Amino acid sequence: MTRTDLEYSPAAAGDEAMLPSPYRITQRREDTADTVTLAMEPLSGEQPSFVAGSFMMVEAFGVGEVPISISGDPTRPGPLEHTIRDVGAVTHALVDSEPGTVLGVRGPYGNGWNVADGVGGDLVVVAGGIGLAPLRPALLEAFSRRGDFDRVVLLYGARRSEDVLYADQLVAWRERFDIDVQITVDYRTPDWDGRVGLVTGLVPRAGFDPNRTLALVCGPEVMMRLVATSLIDRGVPASRVRLSMERNMHCGVGLCGHCQLRELFLCVDGPVLSYDRLDPLMTVPEL
Amino acid sequence: MIDSPVDNTTQRAAGSAVVVGRAGLQTLVDVLATRGYTVLGPTVRDGAIIHSKITSLDDLPQGWGDTQEAGRYRLRRRGDDALFGFASGAQSAKPTLYPTSVMLGRRSRNGNGAPTSVGTPPADAGESGDGASAGPYALLGVRSCDLHAIGIHDWVLGGRPDAGPDPDYERRRRDLFLVAVTCGDPSGTCFCASMGTGPRPDRGYDLALTELLDDQTHQFLLEPGSPLGANVLAQLPGRPAEDADLAAAHQVAQSAAGRMGRTLDTDGLREILYSAVNSLVWEDIAARCLACENCTMVCPTCFCTSIDDTTDLTGTTTERRRVWDSCFSSAFSGVHGRSIRTTVASRYRQWMTHKLASWIDQFGTSGCVGCGRCITWCPASIDLTAEAANLRAERNGANGAQASRALRRTT
Amino acid sequence: MTETTALPSFAVWKFASCDGCQLTLLNCEDELLALAGKIHIAYFPEATRAVAEGPYDVSLVEGSVTTPEDAERIQRVRAVSRRLVTIGACATSGGIQALRNFAAVEEFRSLVYANPTYVATLERSTPISAHVTVDFELRGCPIDAGQLVEVIAAYLHGRRPRVPSYSVCVECKRRGTVCVDVAHGIPCLGPVTQAGCGAICPAHARGCYGCFGPQDSTNTGSLAHRLRLLGMSEQDMVRVFRTYNAAAEPFRRESTRLEEVSTP
Repeated sequence: MTRTDLEYSPAAAGDEAMLPSPYRITQRREDTADTVTLAMEPLSGEQPSFVAGSFMMVEAFGVGEVPISISGDPTRPGPLEHTIRDVGAVTHALVDSEPGTVLGVRGPYGNGWNVADGVGGDLVVVAGGIGLAPLRPALLEAFSRRGDFDRVVLLYGARRSEDVLYADQLVAWRERFDIDVQITVDYRTPDWDGRVGLVTGLVPRAGFDPNRTLALVCGPEVMMRLVATSLIDRGVPASRVRLSMERNMHCGVGLCGHCQLRELFLCVDGPVLSYDRLDPLMTVPEL
Repeated sequence: MIDSPVDNTTQRAAGSAVVVGRAGLQTLVDVLATRGYTVLGPTVRDGAIIHSKITSLDDLPQGWGDTQEAGRYRLRRRGDDALFGFASGAQSAKPTLYPTSVMLGRRSRNGNGAPTSVGTPPADAGESGDGASAGPYALLGVRSCDLHAIGIHDWVLGGRPDAGPDPDYERRRRDLFLVAVTCGDPSGTCFCASMGTGPRPDRGYDLALTELLDDQTHQFLLEPGSPLGANVLAQLPGRPAEDADLAAAHQVAQSAAGRMGRTLDTDGLREILYSAVNSLVWEDIAARCLACENCTMVCPTCFCTSIDDTTDLTGTTTERRRVWDSCFSSAFSGVHGRSIRTTVASRYRQWMTHKLASWIDQFGTSGCVGCGRCITWCPASIDLTAEAANLRAERNGANGAQASRALRRTT
Repeated sequence: MTETTALPSFAVWKFASCDGCQLTLLNCEDELLALAGKIHIAYFPEATRAVAEGPYDVSLVEGSVTTPEDAERIQRVRAVSRRLVTIGACATSGGIQALRNFAAVEEFRSLVYANPTYVATLERSTPISAHVTVDFELRGCPIDAGQLVEVIAAYLHGRRPRVPSYSVCVECKRRGTVCVDVAHGIPCLGPVTQAGCGAICPAHARGCYGCFGPQDSTNTGSLAHRLRLLGMSEQDMVRVFRTYNAAAEPFRRESTRLEEVSTP
C-alpha cells in the first residue's frame, strides 16, 4: 500500500462514531515471521487514553476493518501500539503496512483487565500465543506500580520458539528479580533449550497464593478454559479469574449484535469477563 | 422505554379526546402534510398491507381485512368500510426509522497528502422499503405492538447507558409524529395480549386513534398523547368525546384482546430458554428452518446490522453503510472466516433465546411484542409460540428427551 | 501496488457456456473505462483478438468442463493463473448442460447428431472446481455485473470479495417486495437460493428460479415440503431443482431424492 492520507465525509453529524479516524504508522516492529507491532499516531487531535485490555477497530483502507487489542503501555503517553498477526486479508494488509502509511482507527472500545483489583495480592498472568499482546498493557501497568502487588507471575506458552512474542522484552522481564517469567513451547526446535509442553502445565507449580490472586488469561478459547479450570483447582475463586473473549466485534459500541454471547455484548460488556460469569456460557457449543 | 405492562382493562376518562368523522380524519392527514410531514399510512400493494406515502383517505385500505396463519397471508374483503380493519402489515415501522441500508459516510484517499474533494451523500441516504423520501415522517395507523417495538428501539438504539446511540435512528425518531391505532381485528398469528403490548395503544404516541364503526356511524376517536398531538388535534373539526365514545373504544380493544389467534405463556420463559441449551427441540426446528432470515427481517425489534464498506474499482473512495443483518446467516458470527454458529439449530436457538430471554437481561423487557410477523412470513411455517410451548413441555416432562421425541412425531 | 510496477493482467477464458457471463463483463462499460489504466486485459476472446502469453494475475473462467480437451485445457489455465475466479452457473456448478448428468449421454448423442462418432464428450458436465483449485466462485445465470466489479476490485486491492452467501429472501425484504410465496402461494426457490441478482423475479410477482445456486445454509427438504403444500407434484419439483444449477450438490441431492420418491 502506498503512503496515503484520508479524507472523511460523514453522512451527518454524529455518524463519525462509525467512521475511523486517520492514524499514521510511526514505527513497525517485526515480532515474529507473521506478527508485527505497529505504533501509530492520529493525524490530528489528541491521542485517546485507554485501559489495559481494551481494543480498537483498525482499518486498512479499501481492504477492511478488524478488532485489534491495544498492546502498548497505558501508563505513559506515546504512540498507540497494536500487535497484529497475519491471519486474513485485512490483517495481511495491516502487517504489510510500512511506517508513514495512514490507517483508519476507531475506539478504544470495551472494558479492561482492571489490574488494580489485584493490589495487595498476587498477580498471575497466563498467555497463549498472540494472547500475550492484550496482556502486555496489564503487565506494564503492574510494573508501573510494582510495589502494590505481592508476587507477579507470567506464564506464557507459544507453539514454537520462533512464535514467542516480545522475545527481547521477555528476556528483560526475566532478568528482573520481582517477576517470575515462565515460558513453554508446544513443539521443541533445535534452538530451544527451555520448557516444552502446554502452558496449562505451568499453572499447578507456579508460585502464588490462590487465596489472594488475581489471574488474567488470554489465548485460544480451549486454552483459556483449561487454564481457568486449573487455576480454580488450585483454589483461585472463579470470580478472580479473568478471560479476554474473542467474538465478531464489528461496531464496537453494542449496537450491531454480532458479538453476543447470550446476554453479553462482548464489545461493551467485555472483552474481559470473570470466569464465574463465563463458565456456563463457554461450555455450550456454538452459543 | 416502555417498562410496565399495558393496562387494556381500564376504561379511560374522556378528558381532551375528540371524535371526528371521515372529513376530520382527512383534515388530520392534510394538517400533518401542511406541517411538513411526509405522511405514511397503510395501503394495499402487492396483495398485502404496506406503509406508503398517503395524501388522501382514498389511499387507505378501505374495506380490506386480512387472514394470517403460519406461513400464510391473504387479504380479504371485509364487507364494511373500515379503514383500519386489518392486523399487522407486511412490515412494521422499522424500515422507516431504521432503514435497511443507511450511508454512514464516504471517504477518499490521495497519494500526496493534499486534501481531495469528497462527494456529498444524498440528503436521504436510506433505502427504506417504503421508498419514501426524506422525513420528517408522520406514521398513521401504528399498531400497539409496533408502538411497543419503537419503544424498545428507543432504548436499544437511543443511547442506553452501555452503548450507542445510533445517530441516524435518533434523527429519524426525533422528528417522527406517531398516530397509533387501536387494533380492532387481530389475526391468527397475533398475540400482543399475551405480551402485554396491546391491542390498545397506551403511551408513546402523539395521537391514538380508535375506529368506531357500526351500521349507522363511521367515526374516529382521537386521544392526544403529547403536547404536539394535542396541538394538532386542536386544528381538527370534531366534537369532544363523550363517555359513550370511550366505552365504545374500550369495547373495540376488549373484543380484539379476546380474539388473538396465538398465545405465548411468558411465565418463567427466560429460565426455560436458558436451561434449554441442549434441547432436542432445536434440532427439530432446524429440520424445518430454511435459514432464510425472513423472521428477523420482518421482526419489528430485531436490530442487528452490519457495517459494510464498498470501495470503487480504483480503490480511492470507500462508502460505509449500515445494513440489516441477521443471526441466521453463517457469516454473522464469523471470526477469522470461521463461523461460531455453524448449525442452523444454534442460530435458531440464538434468535429465540435472544428475543425471549437474554433481551430481558440486556434491555429490561422481552424482545417480542406479539405482532406475529415471524410466524406469518415464515415460508416453513415455524411458530415461535408453538416452539416456546414445546420447550416448556419438554422441561415439564419427566424425561425431556422423551417428550421432545414425542413432539417430533406429532409435528 | 504502485505506478512503477506492471499493471495487473487479467485473462478471460471460455469453456462450455453460452457466453452470457462474458457479455456481462462487456456490459460493464463505465466500470471498465475506469479500469482501463489500472489493469491489462491480456486475453479476452469475446472482446479482443490480442493474446498475451501468461502468466496472468487473475483469470476469469466461464463455462463448465464437458470434453476431454477442456479437462486438459483447464489444467493449463490454472498453471498460468495466479488467481482463478470462476464466473457463472456453468463454471461454478456445471450449468444447464449438467442435466446430462442425470441421463445417459449416449442417448442424447445419437438423437442430436447424425453421425455421432466424431463427437467427443464426457459423461458429465462438471464445474471448474472439480478439476482445479478455484480461488473464488461467482454465482449466477448470468452473473450480476455489480458483483463482478466487486470481485475484480477485491482482487485488485488484495481483499476478499464481499459477495454475500445468504438467501434471496434478504434481498426481497431489503427492497420491500412482499413475499410471493406467503402472500400469493407462488412456489419460490428464494429461501434456498443465494442472493446476488437483487431478487428480480419476486419483484415481478414470480417465484425465484434459483439462478444463483444454493445459499450457504440450504434446507431443500423443508422447501420441498413447502412446494408440495403449494400444490406441486414431485415431478414438478424435480424440474425446478434441475435448471441452471442442477448439479449443485444440495439441488442435485434434493432432485434425486424427489425422483426416487415419485418413481414407484
